[in-house]
Amino acid sequence: MGMDSLILFSLFALFLPLAGFVVLIFFGNRLPREGDWVATGAVAVSFVLSLIIMFSKLATPDSVTATWAWVQMGNVPVLGGLTIELGILIDNLSSIMLVVVTLISLLVHVYSMGYMQGDSRYGRYFAYLGFFTFSMLGIVITHNLLMMYMFWELVGLSSYLLIGHYYEKKSASNAAIKAFVVNRIGDAGMFIGIMILFVHFATFSFDAIFGAVAAGDLPFASQAWLTAAGVLIFCGAIGKSAQFPLHVWLPDAMEGPTPVSALIHAATMVAAGVFLVARMFPILTADALLVIAYIGAATALLAATVAITQYDIKKVLAWSTISQLGYMILALGVGAYAAGFMHLVTHAAFKAGLFLGSGAVIYAMHAALHKQHDHQTDAQDIRNMGGLRGKMPVTYWTFLIFTLAISGIPLTSGFLSKDEILAGTLAFSTLNGHFLLPLTAFLVAGMTAFYMFRLVILTFHGKPSDKDRLSIIREAPGVMTVPLIVLATLSLFFFYSFNPLGASSGWLYQALERPASVVPEAIGPIAASVLYQAVSSVHTLVMILSIVIAVSGLAFAWLVYEKRSISADKMAAAMGPLYRGSYNKWYFDEMYQAVIVNGTLALTHISNWFDNRIIDGIVNGAATVTQGISKISGWIDYMFIDGLVNFLANFTGAIGMRLRKIQTGKVQNYLVFAVFGFLVIVFFFMAI
Amino acid sequence: MVFPEWLAEPGLNHFLVVSAILFSLGLLAVISRRNIIMVLMGIELILNSANLNFVAFSRYGALSLEGHMIALFVIIIAAAEAAIALAIALNIYNRFGSVDVEQISELKE
Amino acid sequence: MDLFAIAFYVFAILIVGSAALMVFSKNIVHSAFALMFTLAGVAVFYALLHAGFVAVTQLLVYVGGILVLLLFGVMLTTRGSFMDVKTRSVNLLPSTFFVAIVGGLLIFVFVSTDWILLPLTEDQVSLPGLGELLMTDFMLPFQVAGVLLLLSIIGAVLMAVRKKTLKPGTQ
Repeated sequence: MGMDSLILFSLFALFLPLAGFVVLIFFGNRLPREGDWVATGAVAVSFVLSLIIMFSKLATPDSVTATWAWVQMGNVPVLGGLTIELGILIDNLSSIMLVVVTLISLLVHVYSMGYMQGDSRYGRYFAYLGFFTFSMLGIVITHNLLMMYMFWELVGLSSYLLIGHYYEKKSASNAAIKAFVVNRIGDAGMFIGIMILFVHFATFSFDAIFGAVAAGDLPFASQAWLTAAGVLIFCGAIGKSAQFPLHVWLPDAMEGPTPVSALIHAATMVAAGVFLVARMFPILTADALLVIAYIGAATALLAATVAITQYDIKKVLAWSTISQLGYMILALGVGAYAAGFMHLVTHAAFKAGLFLGSGAVIYAMHAALHKQHDHQTDAQDIRNMGGLRGKMPVTYWTFLIFTLAISGIPLTSGFLSKDEILAGTLAFSTLNGHFLLPLTAFLVAGMTAFYMFRLVILTFHGKPSDKDRLSIIREAPGVMTVPLIVLATLSLFFFYSFNPLGASSGWLYQALERPASVVPEAIGPIAASVLYQAVSSVHTLVMILSIVIAVSGLAFAWLVYEKRSISADKMAAAMGPLYRGSYNKWYFDEMYQAVIVNGTLALTHISNWFDNRIIDGIVNGAATVTQGISKISGWIDYMFIDGLVNFLANFTGAIGMRLRKIQTGKVQNYLVFAVFGFLVIVFFFMAI
Repeated sequence: MVFPEWLAEPGLNHFLVVSAILFSLGLLAVISRRNIIMVLMGIELILNSANLNFVAFSRYGALSLEGHMIALFVIIIAAAEAAIALAIALNIYNRFGSVDVEQISELKE
Repeated sequence: MDLFAIAFYVFAILIVGSAALMVFSKNIVHSAFALMFTLAGVAVFYALLHAGFVAVTQLLVYVGGILVLLLFGVMLTTRGSFMDVKTRSVNLLPSTFFVAIVGGLLIFVFVSTDWILLPLTEDQVSLPGLGELLMTDFMLPFQVAGVLLLLSIIGAVLMAVRKKTLKPGTQ
């Protein structure tokens, strides 16, 4: 496979979903089935092309770059001659990500054919899915920061459109706006970071920037600026990957259709932040990485504590997504690059599966509630479910596999990646003493197992909340269960490594070799070889620990919810404020409302008061004085000036009465006058 | 037959004279014809005479290729103007039931 | 008297003659056809002046586009058969006199001015040259012209259909 054809294929893979979007937007309504097959076909071809790209890329160690000059500026002040390039970079990272994105997108397309059937904007929905896929692929294959930022914003836009799909619902349109605005906050930081790099290096290309830094050319010759640029660019990832403190948009984004949640809020869009960090990894300094690691750990812990107490099936999954994203960010932060990115890949499969499975449950619940003419009961509340195991066997078994994977039980893909993350975190702390990080990571691992099995047991096991409803629940149709089965297969270990207990010998781990850091050694992260040595010394311990923790979390959930030998209510009561805090998501939304929204409002009130009292007072005072003066001058006016003015007015009026006859209202007469005037002027000048 | 020298070799002035005549005829159409469509035709004539000047200056004068460019832009604008003017004429016809310029004297009020 | 001169005089007579016919004809359709000959003659003049591309554009836009538009205008703004629409002229005599003064003045100015002469040879005019000029020095006017055309299309369409959409019950 030649390198040129690789570029050509990647361009096709990128633009096919866009073509599908264009066709659907303009002709969607005229196509049979509103054109869902166009979108699905386009993404399917994209997926096949991505597979080809990945296999041919993994066969060679060299990455492929193709660039096109986009804007050529002759001479820009300060920077000099400047060419802005567009370009494609195909390396291991992007080729694997290509496959992940197109695969999940394809499965979501197929699934949506069943889930969204009968929706009033069915065609529009598929169009937006294609647009989203295009934007996401753009982020993945670009070779420069500018294009990445542009596609980054496109992803924000398309996620806004998809979250707000049911825009008649106030909560859905609010959630879409919230997601957009919160993302914008992070993006602002990212933009500043990009500009720091651009102003100094006059290029957006990753290669060029990394090369310059490697040669010792730091932004503004300062290590602090490099750290600042790294942290600021990471702000973009904080927004997109829903990291603390900008995580608030993701749970609300569950207002979108469930397949969208699977595509955007589990597998792809939120993974963009992780991808960004992985891309920028070479120029991140040790300080920047430490910030990243702590933010990841904080996010993982915070989200896991909230997930434990939620009752909405999708909200639990949303919080668990945030928590797992925190894991990935944490892994990248401690330098366990391959582990973090591998978790992205495995998580994409099983979390998309969890969302699609929850979609199948919601779909079945809706159908059953519809038959019962019950429009009050919440189809997403797990308290209204229970005992669905027998009625929805395919959904149940696949859901169970996904849950085992996310909990990190051996033989699943999740075990492989999570194990590596835990090992990397522990190794990191043994090297420089940040013991809070592994402690958090292990705690979250146990909590993950607990809340995920709580979800499974409450949904599928136990007594049904309503026997009549259970009797009419049906398994979801084939287009919805097939993607589930595919994803469940992909959640098993053998796709990633033939050794079920260690990922490091698997192809994926090998392909994701950590790129060499280009920052000066003094401020760089711990060297990869040192870290890997530390990892291998703690690996066995971590494996045993992680299995024990996962199984105990699982067992605890089983005791509480299946056997009911420990009362959940009593536990909640014992926890008191902790429980209430977790149930209310630690009051982040309320806090932002109180501090930022109300703060802004208060500021406007203050400036309003200032306007009213101070400025208006001055103005009013000035007005009173002016009034007095004007009364005097008014008298003068009346007596003297008016006489003169009236005389002038009468005089002009008299002339006007006579001149009025010229104004015939006929355009052509006016034109003749105009030309006549012109002639007079010309003659006048000729006479001179 | 003997031709005067100035007649035998057409130069810049010859083209300018033709353009001046065209301009005058266009102006005549604009100010004397009653039908609004005829006024439009007159305007087209005036634009053409100006264009002829540009191209002639470009050929003989110091205007170089820029004369051609300006002529092209004039043609573009004339096309836009014709479309808009026609739409206006149609609206006038719909409103007043006539395209006679003499009868449309709203400006008087 | 060479071919250039012959062509010039033949087409000058055609242009001026048909323009006069256009202005003085009572029948508006005849006027339109006379205008066509004028425009075509001007296109020939452009060709004589080495401006081949402008000549072609003139033919395409004026003869092919604007003239047809004007004919449509005639058809749409008349009642009954449009082939024999008679239009009146106002103040033909005074305005002819007036315009004659204007024309005489123009010709006087043109002929009496001492123009800077810098003739253009045929090989200096090339289509690639024009295109390059359009993409460099005239980039902004080019873009603005594009926007202008778009606006005028939208404007013309809006003005032409507004009446119909305002009518109740036509939705």
